[in-house]
Amino acid sequence: MKQNMSALFCGVLFSLGLGISGMVQPQKVTGFLDLFGSWDPSLIFVMFGAILVYSIGYRVVIRRKIPLFADNFVIPTKKEIDWRLLLGSSLFGIGWGLAGYCPGPAITSFVSFGHSSLLFVSSMLVSMFLFEQIQIRKAKS
Amino acid sequence: MIFFTESYRLAFLGGLLIGVAALVLLFLNGRILGVSGIIGGLFNPSTRREPWRVFFLMGMLLGGLVLKTLLSFPLGNSLERPTPILILAGVLVGWGTRLGSGCTSGHGVCGMSRLSPRSLLGTVIFMLFGILTVWLLKLLPGGAV
Repeated sequence: MKQNMSALFCGVLFSLGLGISGMVQPQKVTGFLDLFGSWDPSLIFVMFGAILVYSIGYRVVIRRKIPLFADNFVIPTKKEIDWRLLLGSSLFGIGWGLAGYCPGPAITSFVSFGHSSLLFVSSMLVSMFLFEQIQIRKAKS
Repeated sequence: MIFFTESYRLAFLGGLLIGVAALVLLFLNGRILGVSGIIGGLFNPSTRREPWRVFFLMGMLLGGLVLKTLLSFPLGNSLERPTPILILAGVLVGWGTRLGSGCTSGHGVCGMSRLSPRSLLGTVIFMLFGILTVWLLKLLPGGAV
């Protein structure tokens, strides 16, 4: 239960961060990506702020043997660059540029119940679901 | 100084909050804050029974409600895109982030901070393709952006 409550808390905090930063405004995101037009660089400061906290904090936290409420840290260890990373990130970038939503802000915007976020989030969820089903089927065969 | 305008301050402040949220999740639960991974895990039998994923997403929706009602921050729908484009974008973002094992939070914030080579490359690629897409959209008749 402690893990669930902490996850809930982090979800709220994360969402507030996305909202305050402007990441939940698709027009601002496409403005940030519009490098060759009327570029709005403000969103780069979201990354600066987040990385400033996390890059320092990560190195402190990871010195502990285990997290406070769990038995172990679950950190990705994969090092090799593969076609999945390259193709996946490319497709994600195209989708991000098309709608101005990445997964986090899309979820936060969901409660606006606006036409664009409902459509985007539902197609994103269906796509993630189908992806997982195909992976499972592949693993079985 | 552009750096003192409100939108820069808010961007930085929001970024700090995002960093704190990711750090607290690591410190308490030992998990990486990556939204596409947290959602994707719900569709996989081996990680489906991890209720913290659902609690995290509920927290995000709760945060969205706070932003909308208490703080009256603008949420979504500032960009009018045709329905097929929105659906295509959702499909590409869903598939792409799962295939590439991460999005702006997992690769862009957590992975970049850990100096993970995969995340550094992933972030550079999705930023480049995002920039390219916005540029190409503007070349279309009517200039969609």
